Amino acid sequence: MALLRVSNLEVDFDTPEGLVKAVNGMNFEVAEGETLAIVGESGSGKSQMVLSFMGLLAENGHARGEALFHDKDLLKMNPRDLNRIRGKHIAMIFQDPMTSLNPFLTIEKQMAEVVMHHQGLGREEARSHAVEMLRAVRIPDPEERIKQYPHEYSGGMRQRVMIAIGLLCEPELLIADEPSTALDVTVQAQIIELVSELRKQTHMALILITHDLAAVAEIADRIVVMYAGEAVETGSVDDIFYRPQHPYTRGLLASVPRLDRESDDELQAIPGNPPNLLDLPVGCRFRDRCVEAVEQCRQRPPLWVTQDGRSSRCVLPVEGGEILEEPAAVEQTA
Amino acid sequence: MRQEGLLRHATTRLLGLVPTLLILITIAFFLIRMAPGGPFDGEKVLPPEIRANLDANYHLDEPLLQQYFRYLGQIITGDFGPSFQYKDWTVNELIAQGFPVSATIGGLAMLLAFVLGTLIGTLAALRQNSAVDYSVMGVAMLGISIPNFVVAPLLILVVAVYAGWLPAGGWDWSWQRMVLPVITLALPVIAYIARLTRGSMIEVLHSNYIRTARAKGLPELLVIRRHALKPAILPVISYMGPATAALITGSVVIERIYSIPGLGSYFVQGALNRDYTLVMGVVVFYGVVIVVLNFIVDLLYAWLNPRIRYDVT
Repeated sequence: MALLRVSNLEVDFDTPEGLVKAVNGMNFEVAEGETLAIVGESGSGKSQMVLSFMGLLAENGHARGEALFHDKDLLKMNPRDLNRIRGKHIAMIFQDPMTSLNPFLTIEKQMAEVVMHHQGLGREEARSHAVEMLRAVRIPDPEERIKQYPHEYSGGMRQRVMIAIGLLCEPELLIADEPSTALDVTVQAQIIELVSELRKQTHMALILITHDLAAVAEIADRIVVMYAGEAVETGSVDDIFYRPQHPYTRGLLASVPRLDRESDDELQAIPGNPPNLLDLPVGCRFRDRCVEAVEQCRQRPPLWVTQDGRSSRCVLPVEGGEILEEPAAVEQTA
Repeated sequence: MRQEGLLRHATTRLLGLVPTLLILITIAFFLIRMAPGGPFDGEKVLPPEIRANLDANYHLDEPLLQQYFRYLGQIITGDFGPSFQYKDWTVNELIAQGFPVSATIGGLAMLLAFVLGTLIGTLAALRQNSAVDYSVMGVAMLGISIPNFVVAPLLILVVAVYAGWLPAGGWDWSWQRMVLPVITLALPVIAYIARLTRGSMIEVLHSNYIRTARAKGLPELLVIRRHALKPAILPVISYMGPATAALITGSVVIERIYSIPGLGSYFVQGALNRDYTLVMGVVVFYGVVIVVLNFIVDLLYAWLNPRIRYDVT
């Protein structure tokens, strides 16, 4: 059974320029203990999508659709109920560890408050639990360092603290929103590895949002490829890496250096820019940048789905797949 | 480590205050002497012998520079000298009598302004761009723009004269006589602090660490109290140094309107009468109060903000 099932999720923002459609009908599931990677370039709506069902959108953002966690819709929950889930059953770590910790409070305060609030621990218990957690994320000398303020930590160390905070209540789901992007290259791999290792120990599910495809290949079970606010392709790691169906996925893979490829293969950038989210094109959103675009792409492309959970939204057929959604006529989507 | 740094920071800052005060004293001393007239120029012209005696008694017959250094030497010992106008009173005695009154009104006004201002500012920030926000901030703008010499008579008229709830003025250390002057003094400060708090609170609420706090599942009230209030109040703290000094010393107008025997009244009288020692005494005293309050706020700021590096001043 799915731990989290997101269906027809839409997120848009009221801006002075108009309605920005950041997420347009996302569908995906995360099973218990599964690692799901969400990849896509900047602005594809990855972060806003997860922020929406965590109730963390900016004030001008609105979410519609469903995000069922244990069959309860996070989007329709009142703040009280949502707060019983956030930080306890679903934890989240963010992209920028330099600004994600409160500079005015000690690490101890920021850690202890989570378990004191969710598990009703006393200050002493909370402190020792927090120290253990810091040890688990390999902060040296945690008894002393827990008394310090965030500015006394390096970026990588702060992200370790964020991870420790996330894992304090042993959540069933951890959402990591580009946890390594803002860090030094040497630290990036360590952080991803740490997250993956702790996930295995605790058997929690993980949603990893990233554009680090190498990390994805290593630790993910399944991958969702996002483009312009929707999932263009979903599949297992092997499917996506070795049998990519959607031209965007292929373009994405061709733009990343890989060890298993001939060294004289040139990296291919995807030409052009993603569509304007204020004015999304009717039909396939990738067609202007797609080398395989045909006339038919002016209509909304069909969604191909296979028995083993692959899907691709493209006119190109997926082997062994069926069309779940018929392409709609131009007039209807306009 | 932190305490040590704080101490060093404090000492350096204290030493830096000495030249500030010296400059203040020098400018004030020569300014009041440059003003036309003197303490003994009345409508009645004094006989030359009496005048010469008086001048000699108060060392006014010496060259100005000599008087200046004499004065410096005198105030180092904490002695502001005798008042020229209030016979049998030393300036120290006048300050000791007037300052507690001014400080009480000013201190109460600041307390009121801080509590109400941060509260209103926070509420406005939480209801950003709502009707509540706009009306509160509109009233705050009014509070800042209307001068207190307009507010005071209006309050007296409505509350004291028409309604008769409170006395119109005077002083006897009773709370009834404190209410109106305190409110009059506090109003513009409440408004300013509210605006300041609103702005910084909105900024803080959009910061990443507030998002983290919310992601932890903490109730919104706790998020604000524990995570947002301190950083949002920091700009208010730095404003409070000069503001408090202005409130407990600069209530000259208010003290006149409400007939309160505070330091401000003596200052005005002293300046009009060319009571050199009284004016100088009050100016130096004001200076010390302002400088010390700024110093305290500086320390408070450093103490609240763990990122301040004390080794750099």
